[in-house]
This record gives sequence, C-alpha cells and structure tokens, in this order.
Amino acid sequence: MTSFDTTTPGTDDGVAARRSVMALAAKATAWELKAVRDLAPVGVVDLRAPEVGLVMLRGRIGGSGAPFNLGEATVSRAAVRLPSGATGFGHVLGRDRHKARDAALLDALWVEGTQRDRLERSILGPLAARLAREETRRAHEVAATRVDFFTLVRGAD
Amino acid sequence: MYVSVKGGEKAIRAAHRLLADRRRGDRAVPEVAVDQIREQLSLAVDRVMNEGSLYDRDLAALAIKQARGDLIEAAFLVRAYRTTLPRFGHSRPLDTAAMGVERRISATYKDLPGGQILGPTFDYTHRLIDFTLMVDGETPLPTRDETVEAGPAMPRVIDLLAQEGLIEAEPQAEAGVEPGDLTRTPLRVPAARDLRLQQLARGDEGFLLALGYSTQRGYGSTHPFAGEIRIGEVEVEFEVPELGFAVPLGAVALSECQMINQFAGSAEVEPSFTRGYGLAFGQVERKVMAMALVDRALRSEELGGAVDHPAQDQEFVLAHADNVQATGFVEHLKLPHYVDFQAELALVRQMRREHAAARAARRTTSDDVYEEAAQ
Repeated sequence: MTSFDTTTPGTDDGVAARRSVMALAAKATAWELKAVRDLAPVGVVDLRAPEVGLVMLRGRIGGSGAPFNLGEATVSRAAVRLPSGATGFGHVLGRDRHKARDAALLDALWVEGTQRDRLERSILGPLAARLAREETRRAHEVAATRVDFFTLVRGAD
Repeated sequence: MYVSVKGGEKAIRAAHRLLADRRRGDRAVPEVAVDQIREQLSLAVDRVMNEGSLYDRDLAALAIKQARGDLIEAAFLVRAYRTTLPRFGHSRPLDTAAMGVERRISATYKDLPGGQILGPTFDYTHRLIDFTLMVDGETPLPTRDETVEAGPAMPRVIDLLAQEGLIEAEPQAEAGVEPGDLTRTPLRVPAARDLRLQQLARGDEGFLLALGYSTQRGYGSTHPFAGEIRIGEVEVEFEVPELGFAVPLGAVALSECQMINQFAGSAEVEPSFTRGYGLAFGQVERKVMAMALVDRALRSEELGGAVDHPAQDQEFVLAHADNVQATGFVEHLKLPHYVDFQAELALVRQMRREHAAARAARRTTSDDVYEEAAQ
C-alpha cells in the first residue's frame, strides 16, 4: 500500500507527496472521491467555480523529438479555500465538475495537513489499494499474451 | 451560390422527429445506453475521439448514439461541442516510453527487452462470424500469468537502432518555439512536420489507409518495416501556473507506430534508416500504421526525394484528410441551389438556341455549295 509522508508543502518532497495525492484523485471514481465532503469543514469558499474546458495534449515527433499538438481532452477544474486559509486545486480529465471540486477539496485538506491520517484511512489508502489491484490484474492479463518464441530444430544431420 | 430560403420549418421539425424515431428503431428492442457503447463499441469510440480531435470517451459514445452510428457525423458533433469550451492550456509532451503497455509488437526484432506482447488483438483470429455472440452467455475472464511482477520496462525498439547511429535522430524543439496549432491558425502548405502530424492524427482513417496503401503499391514506396507498435495508457500532466508544478490529470489510452524506412543517403548524409511516426487516441492500430506511412511519404522532399505521387504531396494529403471538412463541402451540394440552377438552365437553353441557329446557318451554306457544285 502506498504511504503518504507528512512533509510540508513547498519543499520538493511536499510537492511530490501532493502530486501523488492529486494523481490518485484524478484516477478515482466520482463516487470514491465523494467521501471527502464528509471531512470538509463548513465555510469552504470556491476560489474558482468548477468548470469544464480543454487541454491540448501534446506528443513528441517520433516519440522523442520536438512536441506537436495531438488533440484536445476535456478537463474539469476547481479551486477552493478552507476557513484555515489552505487552498486546494482540482484538475481531472473529463466533464465531471463535482469530481473536480471534490479533488480540490481533497487537495486543500491535504495541504492543511491536520487530517492526513483520516484522509489516508478513508480515501487515499483504499483508493491506492484498488488501483494497485487493478494494475496487477492488468499486468497479469497482458503478460499471458507475451509470445514465447522457440526455434524449430533442424534435422540431426 | 445559395440564397436563403424561407419556409419548410414544419417539414424540418417533422423530419427531425422522424430521425429521432428511426434512431430509436424498433421499440420492442431495448434502447442502447451510452455506457454500453463506451464499453462494447470502444473502437468506434476511439475513432470518433481521433476524428473529432477530442479525448472524451463518454462524449464520443453519446455522439455515436446521437448519430445512429454514423462515425463521421459523430466526429462532426464532437468537433462542434469542443468549440463551446475554453482552452485551459496544453499538457506536457506525453511520454510514450513510460506507457503502461497493453500491446507491444515489433516486426524488426524477434527478441527484444520487454518482449512481444500481443494484447487484445484481432490478429490471428480467423475472421469467422461468431454466432455465439448472438446468444446471452458469459464471456470468459482473460487468462492470467501471475508469475510476473508489475509491467516490465519496455524500451523503445527504435532506440536500439539509435544506439548504433543507424537511424536518424529526431530533431528537438528550439528553445522558446511552440508547436504550431491548426485549430488556432489555418493550415497552410508547406507545413512543418508538427502541423502535418496534427492534421494526420485527426484525419480520416479510410483516407490515410488508402494513401498508405498507395505508397506500398509503388506510388512513392519507402520500404517500410513496422519497427514498433505499442498501445496502452500514458499519464497526462498539465502545467498549472498558479501552482508552479505539473499536475497529474489522469491517463489517456494511446496507440503509437514507429515505421522504419530505408534511406540510401545523400551527398551529405550517410545511408541510414529514416522514420515515419504515427500517434493517436485509443486502440487504433490501423490508423497509426497508415499515419506513419503517410508521415514518411510527406517527408520525401526534405530527404532529397521527389514529390511525384499523391501521398508525397502536402497540398493533396493535408487539404483532403479532414473528413469533417470534406463532408461539409461534398454535402453542401444538397443545399438549395435554385437560383444557381435557374441561371444554368437559362444559359444552357440560350446555348442550345445559338447552337441550333449556327447549325442551320452551316446547313444553308453547305446547301449553297452543293447546289453550286451541281450546277
């Protein structure tokens, strides 16, 4: 199970931990993320009302060369501020505004830092475990389609 | 020219209601749900995402339902929808080397690090209709190989050749130069490779397939090998200025094809292999293979070759690849052209009158000649 350190935001470690929380939020179902609302205090302010827009996805020429514009993806985003002053941002693929706001709430609570144990117990831990299980299953299913070549032995003489 | 015509509102309303009815089909058959299309017609969804140039599986599935399965119409709906949304920015370049691979094959190396992974492929099926799909039954779960840990590293096949210097290196971006975007600035030829790839990625699969095929049949052959095809999920990162770091947005499914092509070299350049590249959304192997063939054909001139064939001709390929554009111009022919046609009608009648008069005049003259000769 992934563990989340309690480093402070702003440091490199803090950014890495915050990014891994954001990565989990992006892969959560809307239903999994909804639980964050139970942990939110009253008086959350919407700094950016949840909205849907586009992000242009870029590839690289030949996979490793100069970037090019491949095509767009829908993205939802939101930003919130907790009464403590902690701010959080939510950015997720797709058109689910509620999910973006829940992701922002999760980010804000993570940044605030007072409920990380609860966050991990009720949301992040189960979510990381579910994603890890799915990744392992996928890897096993794909691995079964790996080709084992064998060379036909020519005649003895 | 088409002039605005008033009237027909009642007929249009009734036609759209009839369209909705025919879309629904026989009410005795259960209605198809958007999530069923997303899950069970996923390759149609992938095609609509590419030609609609928007990654959104649910939206593409909905568009397919609304368009009664007409995939070009569905791409048109998706394109129209995207114009209603603001652009937040662009992602960091997607790192396909770090792909969570679902399929990865190479036609150039048998044994390669990470192995040949067939994944969910139509290859080696016998293309026999499977009548068991007509009856309700459980689809068996996939086979698993639980001896492996998580997905192994899958280095790019093309890097094996690059290590020996046998294949051209891809040029890196110059500092401060942003890639071109044909959704912001109309495409002009000659176009740089970044813009060409953008247009090919959203181009019609059938058109690219035919062009790619034409190069194989001799209309600009490039002696290609499928160096590597990989399909799987890649993480998307989005630079957020307020935060000062790149934010993970989730993963998108991509297909990538690296074609390796012979290159005899030129006065300055040693003989080596050259590349054609294909990248697109979802599991679209045929599309990215065709795209890579056409990408390489379009590079003919920069590699010192000729531009003799359609697939090598930027104007021909880039101007006709977009099926939403193409359908707009072809289908506009059914719009009212009443005034145009009245003018043509009058013109043809007048020309016929003149033609008849001229013929009559010629006949009179030749009759005179005949009569003179008789005398």
